[in-house]
Amino acid sequence: MASMKVHIRFPEDKIKEPLIYQIGHEFKVVTNVRRADVRDTTGWMDVELTGESAEVERAVDALRKKGVIVDPIELDVVEG
Amino acid sequence: MAKMKALVCRECAKEYPTKALHVCEMCFGPLEVKYNYEEIKKNISRKKIQDGPLSIWRYADLLPVEGPNFLGPHAGMTPLVRAKNLGAFLGLDELYIKNDTVNHPTLSFKDRVVAVAITRARELGFETIACASTGNLANSVSAHAAAAGMRAYVFIPGDLEAAKVLGNLIYTQNVIEVEGNYDDVNRLCSEIAGEYDWAFVNINVRPYYAEGSKTLAYETVEQLGWRTPDQVVIPMASGSLLTKIWKGLHEMKTLGLIDEVRTRVNGAQAEGCSPISTAFKAGRDFFKPVKPKTIAKSLAIGNPADGYYALKATAESKGSMDMVTDEEVVEGIKLLAQTEGIFAETAGGVTIGVLQKLVKQGTIKKSDVTVAYITGNGLKTQEAVIDAVGKPHRIQPSLASFQKTFKMGKNGGGDA
Repeated sequence: MASMKVHIRFPEDKIKEPLIYQIGHEFKVVTNVRRADVRDTTGWMDVELTGESAEVERAVDALRKKGVIVDPIELDVVEG
Repeated sequence: MAKMKALVCRECAKEYPTKALHVCEMCFGPLEVKYNYEEIKKNISRKKIQDGPLSIWRYADLLPVEGPNFLGPHAGMTPLVRAKNLGAFLGLDELYIKNDTVNHPTLSFKDRVVAVAITRARELGFETIACASTGNLANSVSAHAAAAGMRAYVFIPGDLEAAKVLGNLIYTQNVIEVEGNYDDVNRLCSEIAGEYDWAFVNINVRPYYAEGSKTLAYETVEQLGWRTPDQVVIPMASGSLLTKIWKGLHEMKTLGLIDEVRTRVNGAQAEGCSPISTAFKAGRDFFKPVKPKTIAKSLAIGNPADGYYALKATAESKGSMDMVTDEEVVEGIKLLAQTEGIFAETAGGVTIGVLQKLVKQGTIKKSDVTVAYITGNGLKTQEAVIDAVGKPHRIQPSLASFQKTFKMGKNGGGDA
């Protein structure tokens, strides 16, 4: 089993969509929201995805295709 | 009792042992070092600091290492230059440049943070150190690892300029160019850090690494004669440097080394990558990530890990933030070079450009004791100014040719 901690950003037009629920249904991954801030026009969530490594990767790809931005929990790692 | 109490989550305050950890298992918030200030207070004094080595390690009591063996023994204690010429140009009575263009060994402020990170990494038993960087951080990790006899892995984006790649390869062969965009490099490094037993300086040892920036605050206070400046101007990439300078100033007060912190912290970014300054100017407590497009590459972090905390620290201090265009960055570099003889990299141009703006706005006043942090050496980013510095005067090897070009006055001074 693998687990991946990600920071997900929701563009304004995706805020109302139940994307975390959908991912949990479409893939064999456990979604665990640990921290979130959802407002009228912006939203983000820190989420842990647990499952087989390839399935977690597929779930992350699917989230991106649904129009949200998925970053590592550390945000930008590359520094100057 | 040890001076480090724990690692503590900046969001939910849950505590963890002082190991190589960086994310809270409870809420996924970032971890930072929590100190036992009562214990440190018993053991620290101005005299003890002044009698210490001429490096960041004179402040070892305030850094997250156990000691007494410190790696990176010469980092820090860079000059605090009284910038009379630039001050006069800008209309400031007391301006100082904290000059980390001459930091040891790789000419940027990153030598401070890496010295702390690698010292702590060795204390925690790591034999390998790694980082993901486009420039200064990579240089510093490579050099420190070489001197410490540790293995280094340096991850760089695939499109980096040859000169910057060379600056790492000279120290280590383990330089890895990652194909793909910066997001791909971020994701890969996050994954690799979880896979191997390495000290990844800006991932799993980040809580220790970031603390090294506090030494810029300590040195400033000591070099000013144990007083805090009224205003500081700090370049922002991840935002960590600004938050740690703010933290460092307050620690000195907590420990009784100074009576008060009267400093306003001001953040500086380039327009082409200004998520934090943009949020500040819009009055928001959160930032919107951006795709960087600026010559100030050492500040080009579009999704800054400490952006929220930098906004908070600036608000607490009643400071300000601003941003400058790439043209203003180049002008800032030239202005600093031509008034103070200091050649800064692009981040320095950002700092000077924003300093100029804040003075013009009246945010920084004539009588304010002001310190501008210049964090890297201009020799590393010569490409940024190559088209802006003009060309040499070409003459024939004769006195006549020289005198034809330069109209001399009686005292031997003259311009072309």
